[in-house]
Amino acid sequence: MLKAVILIGGPQKGTRFRPLSFEVPKPLFPVAGVPMLQHHIEACAKVPNMKEILLIGFYQPNEELTRFLLNAQQEFKISIRYLQEYAALGTGGGIYHFRDQIVSGSPEAFFVLNADVCSAFPLTEMLSFQKEHGEPNSFVILGTTSNRKQSMNYGCIVENEETNEVLHYVEKPSTFVSDIINCGIYLFNPDIFQHIGAIFQKNQQDMLLEEPTNGWHRAEAIRLEQDIFTALAGQGKLFVYKTLGFWSQIKSAGSAIYASRLYLNQYHISHPERLASNEEGGPKISGNVYVHPTAQIDPTATLGPNVSIGTGVTIGAGVRVRESIILHGATLQDHCCVLNSIVGWDSTIGKWARVEGTPSDPNPNDPYAKIDSETLFREGKLTPSITILGCNVTIPSEVIILNSIVLPHKDLNRSFKNQIIL
Amino acid sequence: MKALILVGGYGTRLRPLTLSVPKPLVEFCNKPILMHQVEALVKAGVTHVILAVSYMSELLEREMRVQEERLGIRISLSHEKEPLGTAGPLALARELLNVDNEPFFVLNSDVICDFPFKDLLQFHHNHGKEGTIVVTRVEEPSKYGVVVFETDSGRIHRFVEKPQVFVSNKINAGMYIFNPSMLSRIQLRPTSIEKEIFPVMAQEGHLYAMELQGFWMDIGQPKDFLTGMCMYLQSVRQHAPERLRTGPGFLGNVLVDPTAQIGENCTIGPNVTIGAGVVVEDGVRIKRCTVLKGARVRSHSWLESCIVGWSSSVGQWVRMENVTVLGEDVIVNDELYLNGANVLPHKSINESVPEPRIIM
Repeated sequence: MLKAVILIGGPQKGTRFRPLSFEVPKPLFPVAGVPMLQHHIEACAKVPNMKEILLIGFYQPNEELTRFLLNAQQEFKISIRYLQEYAALGTGGGIYHFRDQIVSGSPEAFFVLNADVCSAFPLTEMLSFQKEHGEPNSFVILGTTSNRKQSMNYGCIVENEETNEVLHYVEKPSTFVSDIINCGIYLFNPDIFQHIGAIFQKNQQDMLLEEPTNGWHRAEAIRLEQDIFTALAGQGKLFVYKTLGFWSQIKSAGSAIYASRLYLNQYHISHPERLASNEEGGPKISGNVYVHPTAQIDPTATLGPNVSIGTGVTIGAGVRVRESIILHGATLQDHCCVLNSIVGWDSTIGKWARVEGTPSDPNPNDPYAKIDSETLFREGKLTPSITILGCNVTIPSEVIILNSIVLPHKDLNRSFKNQIIL
Repeated sequence: MKALILVGGYGTRLRPLTLSVPKPLVEFCNKPILMHQVEALVKAGVTHVILAVSYMSELLEREMRVQEERLGIRISLSHEKEPLGTAGPLALARELLNVDNEPFFVLNSDVICDFPFKDLLQFHHNHGKEGTIVVTRVEEPSKYGVVVFETDSGRIHRFVEKPQVFVSNKINAGMYIFNPSMLSRIQLRPTSIEKEIFPVMAQEGHLYAMELQGFWMDIGQPKDFLTGMCMYLQSVRQHAPERLRTGPGFLGNVLVDPTAQIGENCTIGPNVTIGAGVVVEDGVRIKRCTVLKGARVRSHSWLESCIVGWSSSVGQWVRMENVTVLGEDVIVNDELYLNGANVLPHKSINESVPEPRIIM
C-alpha cells in the first residue's frame, strides 16, 4: 500500500502571498475554484492502493483547515490527517519527526508533495518509473526542464542520461549547473528515514560541539534538498523522473493566477463539468472559466479567459473580467472591468471602475520558461504586478486601481497606480 | 463691415486633430472653430471676412465657398508667403481693409467667448480714437502680458509683460477693432502687433480697452479646448438651454448632435459634446469630452477629458482619461487603458498607454 505526505508549511511562511494569506492559510487559497491543496489530494486519491494522506505543517489547528479536511475525506473517501509540527522543521525534519505515523501500516512507498506547487502530478508515472529502472529501494524526484537563467532559482539536478540516476544535486546555485529542476514532488520508501536519521545524528553531534545558541537551531530541522539530496546524489539511490506535464511554483499571489490557468486548462480532461460554457440567459464566456454555482452573474457580463468566480459573488451588468480570481462574497458593479487581478473576499468594485494588474506570466515564446519568483521592488520601485485587493476592500465608482496591492478593510476614495495601500 | 481673422499656420498645438483638418474647421461644440467667430461677426454686421493664412488648404477654401453662400457674405483668403507675425497680415490685406473709411475687426482664431462685436463697435465709436482691444480678466496675471488702463474711460496707459508685482489682472483677449488710418502704422514685414504697434498707439492715446463680460478661452491646445468647451456649454445653459440634452442618463451640460445615437444605460455628462453620426453603445460613461463626427464608442467604456477624433472607434471596456486625444480614424482595441495618449491619425492601438505619450 501507499501513502502520501503533503507539506503545507505554516503561517510564518507564505509572506509573499500577503495580503491574501492574512485571511486564509495559503494552502487553502482557491486556485481554479478549489483550494490549492485539493488538487494535490485529488491526484493522490487517484493513485491505486493509496491508503492515507498526511498533511504536515505548523499551522495551529483551525476551523477552515478542519472543515476542508472533513469535506475532502468525504469527497475522496480516503483518510486524511493533519500532523502539526511543534516548530518549523524543514522539508526533511517534518517527515522525520512523524516517521512512525508514515510507516505505520507498512507502506512500501510514499509520496511527498510540497503544497505550493501546481502540477499535473504524474504520480502513477513516477511509480512505474521507479519499478522500471530496477533499483527496488531507490527514491524518485519529479523533475522538469527549465531555461538556463531561471534554473538557478531552483534545485538543480544533473542526471545520468541513460539511467536517470541523480549524479549531482545543488539547491539554487549561483552559476548554471543543469536545466533539470526539482519540482518538489518525491517518491520515497521508508529507507529514506535512515538517511534523514543520519543527518539528524550528525546535527546532534555538531550541536554538542557548538556554543549554546539562541535555540533556534534544532537538530531536527532538516532540509530534504540541501541536506539529503545533495548527499544521496551519485550513490545509486536517487533518480529523476522528468515530466513534460505542466508545473509551476505558487509562491506569490501573482503565480496563483498563472496556476489557475494551468489547472483550468487541465479541467477539459479532468473536470469538464467545472468549466462554464455559453448558455442562453447566461454571461458570455470566453476561454476557460470557473463559476461557482452560487455566484450571480448578469447575462450581459463577459468572463474569461482564465477567470475563477467564488461562492456568492455578484457580478453586475456589462462587467468584464479576464485573467482574474474573484473570491467569495465579492461584488462587481455594473460596467466595471477587472483584468489580471485578485479581488478579495467581500470586496466591492464600483460602477465603471477599472481594476487592473500586469501579468507576470512566463515568457510564452520559451517552452521551458517558468514564472519568475517576483521581487516586490526593483531598484526602489514597485515592480508592476497583478493587482490584489485584500478582503473587504471598497473601490468607488469610475476610478482606476492599477498595479497595486490594497490591504484588507480599506475604503478607497480615488484612483491609485503602482502603490501598496496600507 | 470687414473683419480679419489671424488663422496663421498649421495649428500644431492642436495636433493630432490638425493633421487631418485645418484648425479653423475643427469642430468646437459641434461647430467649426472659425464659424463661431464668423457667425458672430455676421450678426454684428460684417459682410466681408478676410482669413489671414500662412498655408493654403483646398479643404479650407472649398468650405469657405460654402459658407459664403450660406451666410451671404464674402470670405477672402489672404495668403502670406512668409510668416508676418500678428501685424504683418494687416499690411498684406491693406487693400481689402482700406476700401472705405469704416472700422474693421481683427481677431485671433483660437479665441472662444460670447463674442461682443456689437458692443465693441459701439464702444469704439464712443471714444472715437484709432483702436480698441478687448481685454479679459485672469486669475494669475504674472503668466501673461497685462494691460494697464483707466477704468472709467478705457484708455490704455501701457502693457506690462509677465508682471512680477500686481499692476493689472486684464489681458489682451485677442479681439480688436481699428480705424483704417491705423494701417499706416504697419509695414509689410514680420511685425508683432502686441509688442511693436500697440505700445505706440497707447502712448499716443489712440488705444482703448473694453472689458469682456463672461467667459474667454484660448482653445489652441487640447487641454484648453476641453476647458473652453466646459465654459461654452455653461454659456449655452444660460442663453439657450433648449440646445442641451437632458433626461435620464444625461448629467449637467451635454450637447448632442441630433444624428448621434446613444445606447441604453449610459451616463453622459457633465460637459460633453457629441458630434454628428456618433454612435455611443450601451453602458458607456462619458464626462468632459468631445466626441467628433462619425466616431463610435463601444459598450461599457469610460471616458473622461478626452477628444475622440473623427470616425475613430473606442473599443469595449476601454478607459481613456487625462486629455487623451485620438486623431482621425484611430482604433482603440477592447479593454485598453489610455492615460494622456496623443494618438496620430489612422493608428490602431493594441496596447495600453499607462503614462502620457505620443503614439506615432
